[in-house]
Amino acid sequence: MSKEEIKFGRSKGFFETFERRPGPIKKNMHYCPGCGHGILHKLVAEALVDLEMQDKMIFISPVGCSVFAYYYFDCGGISVPHGRAPAVATGLLRANPDSYVISYQGDGDLGAIGLNNFLQAANRGENLTVCFVNNAIYGMTSGQMAPTTLIGHKTATSPYGRTVTNEGFPLKVAEMVAALESPVYVERVALTSTKNIRSARRALRKGLTNMKEKKGFSLIEFLSGCPINLKKSAEATDEWIEEEMIPYFPLGCLKDIADERDKIIRPIPIFDKEKVTKALLESAGNIKFGDKQTKLRKDLRIKCAGFGGQGVLSLGMMIAAMGQSRNINVSWLPSYGPEMRGGTANCSVVMSNDIIGTPIVIETNILITMNQPSMDKFLPDLATKGILLYDSTSIKPPKTKSRVYAVEATRIALDIGNIKCANSVIMGAFAACLKGFELENYEGAFEEAIKTTFRKKPQLIDMNILAFRKGKDSVKTVNV
Amino acid sequence: MNSEKKLLLKGNEATIYGALLAGCECFFGYPITPASEIAHTAAELFPKLNRTFLQAESEIAAINMVLGASASGRRTITASSGLGISLKQEGISYIATCELPAVIIDITRAGPGLGNIGPEQSDYNQVVKGGGHGSYKCIVLAPNSAQEMCDFTMLAFDLADKYRTPVYVMADGVIGQMIESITLPAPMGRKPIPEWAIAATDASRRNFITSIYLGHDELEAVNIKLQEKYAEIEKIEQRCDSYRTDDAELVIVGYGIISRLLHSAVDLLRKEGYKIGMLRPITLFPFPKTEFKKLALSTDSFLCVEMSNGQLIDDIKLTIECSKPVHLYTRMGGNVPSMDEITNKCREILA
Amino acid sequence: MSEKKKKKFRINITPDECKGCGRCIYSCPVKVLSLTNKVNSMGIVYAQYNGADCIGCGSCFYACPEPGAITIYEIKPDEKGKE
Repeated sequence: MSKEEIKFGRSKGFFETFERRPGPIKKNMHYCPGCGHGILHKLVAEALVDLEMQDKMIFISPVGCSVFAYYYFDCGGISVPHGRAPAVATGLLRANPDSYVISYQGDGDLGAIGLNNFLQAANRGENLTVCFVNNAIYGMTSGQMAPTTLIGHKTATSPYGRTVTNEGFPLKVAEMVAALESPVYVERVALTSTKNIRSARRALRKGLTNMKEKKGFSLIEFLSGCPINLKKSAEATDEWIEEEMIPYFPLGCLKDIADERDKIIRPIPIFDKEKVTKALLESAGNIKFGDKQTKLRKDLRIKCAGFGGQGVLSLGMMIAAMGQSRNINVSWLPSYGPEMRGGTANCSVVMSNDIIGTPIVIETNILITMNQPSMDKFLPDLATKGILLYDSTSIKPPKTKSRVYAVEATRIALDIGNIKCANSVIMGAFAACLKGFELENYEGAFEEAIKTTFRKKPQLIDMNILAFRKGKDSVKTVNV
Repeated sequence: MNSEKKLLLKGNEATIYGALLAGCECFFGYPITPASEIAHTAAELFPKLNRTFLQAESEIAAINMVLGASASGRRTITASSGLGISLKQEGISYIATCELPAVIIDITRAGPGLGNIGPEQSDYNQVVKGGGHGSYKCIVLAPNSAQEMCDFTMLAFDLADKYRTPVYVMADGVIGQMIESITLPAPMGRKPIPEWAIAATDASRRNFITSIYLGHDELEAVNIKLQEKYAEIEKIEQRCDSYRTDDAELVIVGYGIISRLLHSAVDLLRKEGYKIGMLRPITLFPFPKTEFKKLALSTDSFLCVEMSNGQLIDDIKLTIECSKPVHLYTRMGGNVPSMDEITNKCREILA
Repeated sequence: MSEKKKKKFRINITPDECKGCGRCIYSCPVKVLSLTNKVNSMGIVYAQYNGADCIGCGSCFYACPEPGAITIYEIKPDEKGKE
């Protein structure tokens, strides 16, 4: 008796029967006769097993003919929106760097709707293998033009043939990716003759091996037959690929630098509760203060206004931080957006012993202005018994019944040597003129607030404290 | 002792503090005003804890990265505003149908079109009603302070995991941009990898995640399952704040920054002798129907104040089946109604 | 001697898994495959092995787009060297 041993047979990378596939057919795939997807699926299944990547592999089923690929592969699977496989792959790989991911995409998915996501993933050098199936036609939606459809080729949406002037030349994906720095391996192969299929098999394994070794991004472009939509026999389709497609999309390796690249190693996330709290407290600048709460006689509704770049927003934040350090409820709200960049800028600060209703300040009881347009704009909203503090370097004395204080903030800042600390000069003046608001004599709290506000630029702290002190000493009451 | 964990944070920043405390592992996003500080804060803090921050190439990429990271069983978040949320809708429909948890922050800006970066609440319909294709909904939390931006982001992760559904934290530009003091909650630790995840392990090898169901009956069954889940959420998760509504002849309704204005307006008008109260929806889906139905029995009328063209008002009218008059006061274009506008409108109704 | 050492192979084509595309037939370097004149349960005219002379190269297996339609067996002589 002789024994028989399977030399080539159904791969264990496939499910034994395709239970996820609806209907009675459980052994075959859904592809049309002679379809290149089937050929490539077999190479993938075989490689998953041979390279021992099955447990950690996630195969992405795109939109297109291979949308049902998850019926077949005995590995993790996910189906994704049209063109988004490389973005989903990025999510999978960043969340879990132990994963292996195959982004399996057709020419419409990758070359048209998803080109940006694909190129960006390639350019980030994600540890990903992309299998790009280029059959120069839309299969699933039955025969429309693809970005890779050849010039002159008639399809459902190019019934007179693709033209250079209307649709442009076919997209050369492999060449485009090879031009990027990040990808480690780019090769174009064809699923036609035995020789070409063997070459495709080798290229696929190379890409998967790169991923296993965490070397980064590999693209294999597979020229593939779609006999049904090309309206040719399988054999004629192969001939057409070899005679028409390959001259335009030449086969071969365009880039292979995996050996030169280090492994991509991502750090292990930290969840230790103490470390998490510490990191957050450090970043926010935890203000040191006691439990004693300052009682305000009434809510302070402060408007700081000036020219974008004068530091009125940080001035407001320093004031808010001071309030916070006295256990007062505070809110700070900027006029945000493009106005900050060169135009007028303002912010609202509210201080209250009660819960703060609206953080938006319209009627103010303290107005701080650093330029004339701000003065003109906001002075009418200042309460009669409110306080006005302004930079007298450039602003004319106003006509108002409010209490008025002036400080030559910009000039003092220039004397100190940095115009940018004018806001700290103003704050010093502000600290000095707070009589009646129970906040006077809190210089220490203000200086703490400066340290907190400038915690990420510590080299500026001393200068701003100096500016603060000069401002406190230089403020003048203005009799209007 | 708690005072040691008191911080001064921007609403936008607070969401990232909440996310990290909730054990969120990945942030994917694309810059957009007025939500950009969320990305800035994530860019600074996620790497400090060896977690993933990635600036995506587009909103579309960001939501699909969220889809992937969530499928791996990790907590993940993205943030955007108005038009960026519009771009994410296809992906959100997939996430909802795949029954994946995800947290999406929307700092609503003024629309339509490019609009401007001022605050609005005009994403209500596209966020609360599903927004993308198909019959799905997302849980929507509407914070009104920096503290709630932090707390609700943490809550959003729990709800997202509990119901395996996307959860929005939706705030207007004012809530996103304002700085307030918050008390830092305790961290939650790492969430175990759920058994449905495609986690690249031998145990999870045969997991797959999909939203394609070719059979009509099969897809209808998926739809029915989703609707049952939403019904369960409506039963359990309604949240709102009622303020001085017991004897109120007029109940004013608003969420986000509006609710803070309304709170002050109630106090002011009560001092003038008006019987007025406020109902602030905290969950927009599920809409706090129980409380609205209860108040519809006792109050004479409602006033809906919103920074959109009358989107919230539809839910009020439907909930109370138009059994009481529902008035509307709106501002749009980035304008926030002033106290005077609101109180005058109330006085007019109660006159 | 060389005759003795030559490996022997057999191709099995499962009729119900064949879609009749013909890829195996034209890919075979020794032309040992052909279409039948019968149809399988899907109504497709399927391919078959002619019964001899397979060289076990695997060309037909890799050319075939179906996972298990084609299996190639190596026929191993038993311990006594008989078939």
